Amino acid sequence: MELIGKNISFKYSSSKGYLLKDINVKFSNDKIFGLVGDSGSGKSTLCKILSAYIRNYEGNVTLDDNNLPKKDFCPVQLIYQHPEKVMNPKWKMIKILSESWNVDEDLLSEFGIQNSWMKRFPQELSGGELQRFSVLRALNPMTKFLIADEMTTMLDAITQVQILESVLKIVKDRKMGFLLVSHDMDLVSTICDDIIYLKDINNV
Amino acid sequence: MVNPNKNKSLNPLSKINLRTKTLLIIGLTILILVLIVICSFFIDSKEITTNFLIINQPPSFEHLFGTDWLGRDMFTRTIKGLGLSIQIGACASLLSSAIAIVLAFIGSINQKFDTFVAWFVDLFLSIPHILLIILISISLGGGALGVTIGVAFTHWTSLTRVLRAEIKQINTSDFVKLSERFGKSRLWIAKEHILPLVITQIIVGTILIFPHAIMHEASVTFLGFGLSPHEPAIGIILAESMKYLATGNWWLALFPGLALLIIVLLFDIAGENIKKILDPTSAND
Repeated sequence: MELIGKNISFKYSSSKGYLLKDINVKFSNDKIFGLVGDSGSGKSTLCKILSAYIRNYEGNVTLDDNNLPKKDFCPVQLIYQHPEKVMNPKWKMIKILSESWNVDEDLLSEFGIQNSWMKRFPQELSGGELQRFSVLRALNPMTKFLIADEMTTMLDAITQVQILESVLKIVKDRKMGFLLVSHDMDLVSTICDDIIYLKDINNV
Repeated sequence: MVNPNKNKSLNPLSKINLRTKTLLIIGLTILILVLIVICSFFIDSKEITTNFLIINQPPSFEHLFGTDWLGRDMFTRTIKGLGLSIQIGACASLLSSAIAIVLAFIGSINQKFDTFVAWFVDLFLSIPHILLIILISISLGGGALGVTIGVAFTHWTSLTRVLRAEIKQINTSDFVKLSERFGKSRLWIAKEHILPLVITQIIVGTILIFPHAIMHEASVTFLGFGLSPHEPAIGIILAESMKYLATGNWWLALFPGLALLIIVLLFDIAGENIKKILDPTSAND
């Protein structure tokens, strides 16, 4: 399984210059990839392009030679840095979780989610607790490639390791691809087999 | 040290918290409004008969609002008229918020529809309300139907604007974008994501259209373009009493006018308080 981005260029309509220029990336599911770059260098924008959130870019993104679908479930899923932004404040956690798929009990306990949280609203849980839901939601069985954009920045060191270990286990079991985007060089170098520096591939 | 007994004796409401107080106000206002409608149902038009023995009587305990030049009891007529006004107001505001909801959601489909909805709102806002109501009412043959449709077709604009802005904001939120990536349809997103977030605005908006609807119904009827003269509407009562004001029958206009004002205020109070309950962040406005 391969996620390929060919000649990706992108500029925001409000700015003059390109943010991303002629980027070629190739990810596969036999390695864990890491993406490193400075603040404002376009890491998140690249992630959004790769997971079909941004569509008005130049170039093309393919997963196993297929374009990403516009309407159906997107096999490339993005996990945001801020989980509270991706949850409807009027929904209870059980509905938020089942919007993606029906998660079984074992997986819930593996991610340290207590049953009592299910009946609460997102405002009634902490950032770390919400991020577990956000991660679980992205681990839909239909997901082939997972992009974690600063996924663990909200969490303390111990929870960070716990969650990352659980995710990596599932990623390996299901033979999914995984891209970790982070500022934290230590974390990236510990976990990832291959580290990509955005400034090396970006031709602005 | 504060003496709790002293405080208690001064104001019995001080012990009730704000939420209970707000709920109490909502309950009371709605109770009064419902009572008026129910009462008006039980008043048979035959009861408001002419009785020439008691014409032009000033207010007394027997006839609270006095009697008119045909000896009809003004209190009964006023209640019957208010009931009719509230019914017409209810139909008109429900209809106009239905129009607002449909247009706001149509506008969220794409840019073209959105421009069309915005243009349509501006178009209706550019014509004076009262003129448009009269035109629509006459073209539909007047009567309760004409007034209801006329009021409904002119009062959807403000709610449409609010809903359009809200839906635009929700549509750019990350959870809607994520929902799209989960393969959910636009219709599903509108129903599950957007509707729960705008339902407060819809409920409050509908209730706050009420006073406008009642006022416009009364004024159009007063001008003679609304309900037919044999119906006991507040607008008719006020228009008829104009002729007798000069002869000193002040009670004919004062009490029905005051009653109309109180009803409008009650709806306004109910609407504002329901807004506070449903959307606590607006409580400090």
